Amino acid sequence: MRNFLAIFNREVKSYFSSPIAYIVIGLFLVVCGIFFYLIVSSFAQYCMYADMQAAQSQYRMPPPKLNINMMAIRPLLNNISVFALFFLPMITMRLYSDEKKTGTAELLLTSPVTNAQHILGKFAAGGLLYLVMLGFTFLFMILLFIFGNPETGPVFVGYLGLLLLGLCYISFGVFFSSLTENQIIAAVSTIAFILFFWAIGWLAGSVNPGVGKVLSQFSLIEHFEDFAKGVLDTKHVVFYLSFITMGLFLSFVSIESAKWRGR
Amino acid sequence: MIDVQNVTRLFGQVMAVNDVSFRVEKGEILGFLGPNAAGKTTTMRILTTYLPATSGTAKVAGFDVHEDSMQVRKRIGYLPENPPLYPEMRVRDYLEFVAKIKGVDSANRNKAVDEAMDKTAITDVNQRVIRTLSKGYKQRVGLAQALVHNPDVLILDEPTVGLDPKQIIEVRQLIKNLAGNHTIILSTHILPEASKLCERVVIIDKGKIVAEETPENLTRKLGGSQRLTLVVGGPSADVLKNLQAIKGVAKAQTIEKIDKNKAKFVVESKSAESISADVAKAVVGKGWSLYELTPESMSLEDVFLHLTTKEEVVQ
Ligand SMILES: Nc1ncnc2c1ncn2[C@@H]1O[C@H](COP(=O)(O)OP(=O)(O)OP(=O)(O)O)[C@@H](O)[C@H]1O
Ligand SMILES: [Mg+2]
Repeated sequence: MRNFLAIFNREVKSYFSSPIAYIVIGLFLVVCGIFFYLIVSSFAQYCMYADMQAAQSQYRMPPPKLNINMMAIRPLLNNISVFALFFLPMITMRLYSDEKKTGTAELLLTSPVTNAQHILGKFAAGGLLYLVMLGFTFLFMILLFIFGNPETGPVFVGYLGLLLLGLCYISFGVFFSSLTENQIIAAVSTIAFILFFWAIGWLAGSVNPGVGKVLSQFSLIEHFEDFAKGVLDTKHVVFYLSFITMGLFLSFVSIESAKWRGR
Repeated sequence: MIDVQNVTRLFGQVMAVNDVSFRVEKGEILGFLGPNAAGKTTTMRILTTYLPATSGTAKVAGFDVHEDSMQVRKRIGYLPENPPLYPEMRVRDYLEFVAKIKGVDSANRNKAVDEAMDKTAITDVNQRVIRTLSKGYKQRVGLAQALVHNPDVLILDEPTVGLDPKQIIEVRQLIKNLAGNHTIILSTHILPEASKLCERVVIIDKGKIVAEETPENLTRKLGGSQRLTLVVGGPSADVLKNLQAIKGVAKAQTIEKIDKNKAKFVVESKSAESISADVAKAVVGKGWSLYELTPESMSLEDVFLHLTTKEEVVQ
C-alpha cells in the first residue's frame, strides 16, 4: 500500500507540476463547454417552439412536457464520452513511455515495488485526473439543476457510466504506454484501439445477426447507451470492470515480458 | 556478497554476456572494465534484477536475483548509466520518493535523505528542480539516490562519465569513502580509474571475462614485458651492445646522451620476469658506473590494449 501510494502521489504531483494536466483539463472543458452551450440552447429553442405551437393550436392542447434528461443531458453525456476518448490518452501516454525514455524505469523496476503496485498507482493517478475533469463538467449539470428540473438519479447513473468508460480508456492507455518509449505512439495506439472497440458495434449491424449479436456485446459504446439513458444495469458495470481489468492485466504481461526481450 | 555463476544473456542473436562468473566479497570494490559493448551494463542489469539472465545464476547477499528479486532489490543501490532522475521534481522530494519505494520507513526517511545528501554534497541544492541542475550535480543526485536506503551493495555503471576533471576526482573520492561499509561494483572503461579505486578488476570483452586480477598483478602478469630506464657512465655504443646481449632483454635503446661519457638507455624485457638484477650486474661487471636504474611498469592502458587485441587475434 505504501508503494502504491508513493507511485500514485508522485504521478499526481508530476501531472500538476508540468503544464500537461492544466492544458488537458482546460481544453477538455472548453470543448465540453461549447457542446453544452450548443445542446442546451437548441433544447431551449425547441422548448419555446413547442410552447408556441401548443398555444397556437386550435385544440388548446397543453404544451408538451419535454424531458431535459432525454433531450439535453443524454446527448451531453454521449459527447463527453467521445471527448474523453481523445483527451485521456494524452494523460496516460507518458505513464510508462516517459520512464523508459528518461531511464527512470531502471530505478522503478529495480526497487522493491511489485508490478501490480506501480501499475495500479499509475492507473489511479490517471483516474484521479479524470475525476477532476468530470468534476468540472458536473458544474455544467448544476446549471441545469438551477435553471431546470432534471431527474437526479439518471444524471448520477450517467456519470457512473462516464467514469467506468473513462477508466477503460485509462487502463488501456497504461497498457499502450508500457509498450513503447514513444508517447505519441502510445496515445495514437490507445485511440485506435478504443475506436476499434466502438466500431465493433457498428460492424455488428452489417454482419449476420448471430455474429453481430456477439460482436455488439464487446462494443464499448453499446454498453454506455443504458448509462446515458439513466438506466443502471449490473451487466454493463461488469463489462466495464472486466475491460479495465483486462487492460491492467495486459500491462502486467507487457512489463513482465519486456524484460525477457531486453526492455 | 555477490556470486555470479556462468551467467549468459542473449538479445536475439547477440550474446551480450557469455558465461561470466565472478565473486565479490563483503566490503570489496570490484572494477568492471571493458570497451564499449563489452556487456558491462548488461551484467549489472542482471545483478540489479532489471533483466533476467538467459542462463546461469547470480546471487546478491545470498538471494537469487531471479527467485528472490524483491529481497535483492532491498539490498542494492543502483546508479544506471544515465542517472534515473525525474526532471520535474525537486532534489529533496525526489530522494524522499526513492527512500519511500526502497522501503525506508517514514520515521527514518528524513534522516536517510539528509545523510545521502550530505555524503554526496548536494545539500545546498536540495530545493532545486532537478532539470535545472548541472550534469555533475545530476550525477551526484543519482549517486545519492543509490545510497539513500544505505544498501549493502552498490552497483555503479560508469559513475564518472561525462564529468569534468574536478568532479571526477570528487566522485572518485566519494566512492572511496563509501568502500568498507558497502560492497561496490563499478564499471568503467577508464583504466586509471579502475586501478585507483578498485581492489580487484574484472576485464570483460565481447561478453567474456578475459582477466580478473588486482590492478598491480594485472600489470605484472599480463603486461608481458617490463621496461627499465638506466643512466650509465661509459662508452655508449659499448654499453648498448652489452645491454642488448643480456639474456631476457628484448630491446635496448639509447634515448639521450647526457654528456660525453654518460647516457640514458631504455631496456625492455622479453617476459614478465624482472631483469633489473641482470642489467645492474652486466653494467657494474664491466666497470661502468650505474647512476640510475628505474623499472617502469606498463600502464593498465597498455595492458588493456594488449588484452583486447589478443582476443581479436584469436577470433
Ligand atoms: N536491450 C537490448 N537489446 C538488444 N541488444 C542489447 C540490449 N542491451 C544491450 N544489447 C547489446 O549487448 C551488447 C552489450 O551491451 P552493454 O550495454 O552491456 O555493453 P557495455 O559494456 O555496457 O558498453 P558501454 O561501455 O558502451 O556502456 C551490445 O552489443 C549491445 O548492443
Ligand atoms: Mg554500458
